[in-house]
Order: sequence, then C-alpha cells, then structure tokens
Amino acid sequence: MASYSTNEFKGGLKIMQDGEPCSILENEMVKPGKGQAFNRVKIRKLISGKVVEKTFKSGESVEAADVQEIELAYLYSDGEFWHFMNNETFEQIAADEAAVSDATKWLVEQDVCTLTLWDGKPINVTPPNFVELEITETDPGLKGDTQGTGGKPATLVTGAVVRVPLFVQTGEVVKVDTRNGEYVSRVQK
Amino acid sequence: MNWQPSASLQALHARAELLANIRSFFAERDVLEVDTPIVAARGVTDPHLSNVTVKLCGDGLSQSEYFLQTSPEYAMKRLLAAGSGSIYQIAKVIRNDEVGPQHNPEFTMLEWYRLGFDEYQLMDEIDQLMCSLLGCKASKRVTYQEAFLTVTGCDPFTAQGIESLRSWLVERDLGDWVKDEPDPDTLLYLAMTHYIEPTLGQTEPTFIYNFPASQSALARIHSDDPRVARRFELYIDGVELANGFYELTDAMQQAQRFAADNSIRMKQGKPRALEDERLVAALQAGLPDCAGVALGLDRLLMLKLGVSQISDVLAFPIDRA
Repeated sequence: MASYSTNEFKGGLKIMQDGEPCSILENEMVKPGKGQAFNRVKIRKLISGKVVEKTFKSGESVEAADVQEIELAYLYSDGEFWHFMNNETFEQIAADEAAVSDATKWLVEQDVCTLTLWDGKPINVTPPNFVELEITETDPGLKGDTQGTGGKPATLVTGAVVRVPLFVQTGEVVKVDTRNGEYVSRVQK
Repeated sequence: MNWQPSASLQALHARAELLANIRSFFAERDVLEVDTPIVAARGVTDPHLSNVTVKLCGDGLSQSEYFLQTSPEYAMKRLLAAGSGSIYQIAKVIRNDEVGPQHNPEFTMLEWYRLGFDEYQLMDEIDQLMCSLLGCKASKRVTYQEAFLTVTGCDPFTAQGIESLRSWLVERDLGDWVKDEPDPDTLLYLAMTHYIEPTLGQTEPTFIYNFPASQSALARIHSDDPRVARRFELYIDGVELANGFYELTDAMQQAQRFAADNSIRMKQGKPRALEDERLVAALQAGLPDCAGVALGLDRLLMLKLGVSQISDVLAFPIDRA
C-alpha cells in the first residue's frame, strides 16, 4: 500500500483519512524547541466535500489515496448512471448519482468533463467552466431592454435555473459559468 | 531571480541595535562573550532534533563527517567546566527539517549561563533583559501543571490526568492516532502546542516552569519531587521564545540521558546519535552550579517589530539564501 511521509505533505497531495480520500489544502509544521513536532493540515474530503483540520506526528506515514483526474466526454444518462467516454481510447465509464451530484444540471452531450477517480471508480464529476444550454422556459421580457438590468429566471434544457437578462427569450442558447451558475452571454446559433 | 533581502532595511537596523543592546546588557553584568564552533565532531542525541551533517577533507581530521550545531550548549558547558565563569554567546545554529512561518533552518540563538544562579534567578535576569529590549510589562510565572489545569482541566503529572487529557484531545478530533498513542509526552506536546501555547504571554511575558521529568532535556530533577524537572520556557504572544534549565551537572546522569535519548531514537527507527564524550568528560571534571537559557533572537526581533513571519527579520531566509 502506497503511503506518504509527513515531510512530503503539500497542497494537492491525496491521502486517506476516516476511510475517505482527501486532498491536502494547507500544511503547517508545529515544532516545539524541545519535543515532538506535528504537521497540522487542513484537508478536503473528496466524497463528502467537508473541510476538516487534522494533526499528524511529524515523521509518521499516512496512507496515500489512489486518486486521479481524467478528462472524459459526456455521452448520456440512463436514469441510474451517467456515461462518459475517453475520446482517444473510446473506453467508457459510468458514474452514479452520488458522483455526478450537482453536475447533472450542466451536463451537455459531447462536453469534456473532469472525472475524479478513486481506485478507478468515479467519485466526482466537474463540468467544463462554461457550458451552452437552450432555454426551455422563461417569461417573455420587455423587447426594448438591452441593458439586462433586473433580469428574470430561465429554466434550461437540463433543468438548471439561471437568472438571465430580460431580452433573452425561450428557445435561445445561453452561455453559463458552471462555477457560480451565472449567465454570461447569448450564443448565436 | 529574487536577489533582494526579505527583511526591510528598517528590520536590519533593528537587528543591529538589538545585538548591540544585548552585548551592553551582558557587559554591564560582567558576563563574557564567547564563540564556539558551528562545525563539531558530535551532534545532539535529542530524538526530536536533527543535525545537518557536512563532509570535511583535510590532513589530520579524525573523522570525515561533522555536525552543524543545533545549539552551542555542549561547547559552552565545556568552557564552564574549564573555569570560564558566566558566559554568553550569540550563535548561528542549524536544525534540519525545520521550515515554516516561525522556523528557518539556520537561525540566531542567544544562549547564556550564569554561575551560582538557579532557574528562578535566571528567570529574573531574563525578565530584566526583556523589559530593557522590548519595554514590556514584568513577566508572570505559571507552573506547567497550572497551565494544563487552566486550559484542559487535566493534571499532567498523574496517570489518571493523562487519560482524561487523552479523552479531552480525542473530543477535538485531531486524528485517529490520538486514542492509541502510547507515549504520554506526545499527548502533552500535542495539548501544549495546539491549545496551551496560543493562550500564553498574551498580556505579559509568561514563564512556564516545573516541566515533567520526562521532558527534562538537560535540566536537573527536583530533589523534592522526582516527577518535576527544573526547566522553564518563556512565551510572549503565544510564541515560544526561550528554554532554560537549572543545569544538570552530574556526569553519570548525563550519560544516562544520552543513552535514554538513543533508545527513543531506536524506537522511532532513527539512527543512533554519537554521544558527545567530551561533554561527559567535562562534567566528570566538574561543571559548576549554574543555570542556562537559549533564546531565539529572530523571534525576539519579530516581537519587537510586530511581524509574524521569520522571513520579515532575516536578510535572506532559506528560500533566498
């Protein structure tokens, strides 16, 4: 089983903690003039998403988490699983609902997403930073409004709801930032 | 290429002034300034310290690998045994594997020894030095036991107290290892560094004294209470600034402590450290009754200037050295 010594700790390192793969966010050495040194770390649990603080005795080893990130194209969902494909090898991977979680509302067929794999199994799906989706429903806005002040809710084809300017209409395609769920612009079809 | 110093010019001036004031403080008290080697034949046995080693070539050298000193303690004690009288040193020291906001592998230590002083008299003198250098309030003194009782409610000197401390720490969910940690000292260090130190020295400099005998280092053990070592530390603003002892002078006990350190090293899977026979021989010849203390000068300068990073007071910290 692979492991890391505390003196290899740094931001981004993936370790196992409480039975869950975690990513180190911050690492601080606590060293008394005389006596045992400690590594005080802030970690993000990659499945629950929780951020917690832990302390290790310096010099100890900690089990490494076999975590990798790969880029795969989204294919389709069968209701239970979301299927992705490696565009080079054509190998397919299915992620369950827990892994896809909030990303479902940003999944566009053929878009390349980042999948986090733990022991080869998907635990997280990150959509592209920007996606383009069609509006399926929004109130008809005022024709003359081009400033986009105020705005109104619009439901997208994936079910996501974003605030769009009043001039944007049902049937149009909009570009959305998936990191904050905000409207960016209209897209010319 | 980052060639410029990380400390401001003002900090470099403050460093020079601090050194001058320290030298005049000791000159007024007839304490002799000494200069001992950084490169020496032996390192420390302390299981929690790690020497940097260097290879030397040259005719007549007794060994090829030498140790950069983590403190000038052993050499200064040999001077004391040779009849130097009270001495001080402003020494560069080097410790491996210590890098952080308050640690640089190479740092400056003020270390001094006072003949005929015990730890209480030495704490008085440190207090005078702090007041003259920092213009701070007079210090207060708290025993190690009182500090633990105040913050954790647990007595560090009883087996029952250690078990309640363990439960207290487990509640704080720092890691699974805490519930099974076999070494009581590790639990004490954990509570001290994480929960007690941050509370110390917030309104005035605070001495913690009467450490557990298991953390005696080179302090003598209390004749009335074998659980207690005559060791102290000084804290200001939650930062550990100095560590001192009513010095162990017994050569036999010194040799035993070296051996005990090495057995801890073995348990931790670390290599055995060569024991400094010259120090033991000096103690056999006779180390006069004395108290000694080592104080981190870079941290003192940080306090004086109100900065939180050691790089703010060093011309070139390790990442620019």
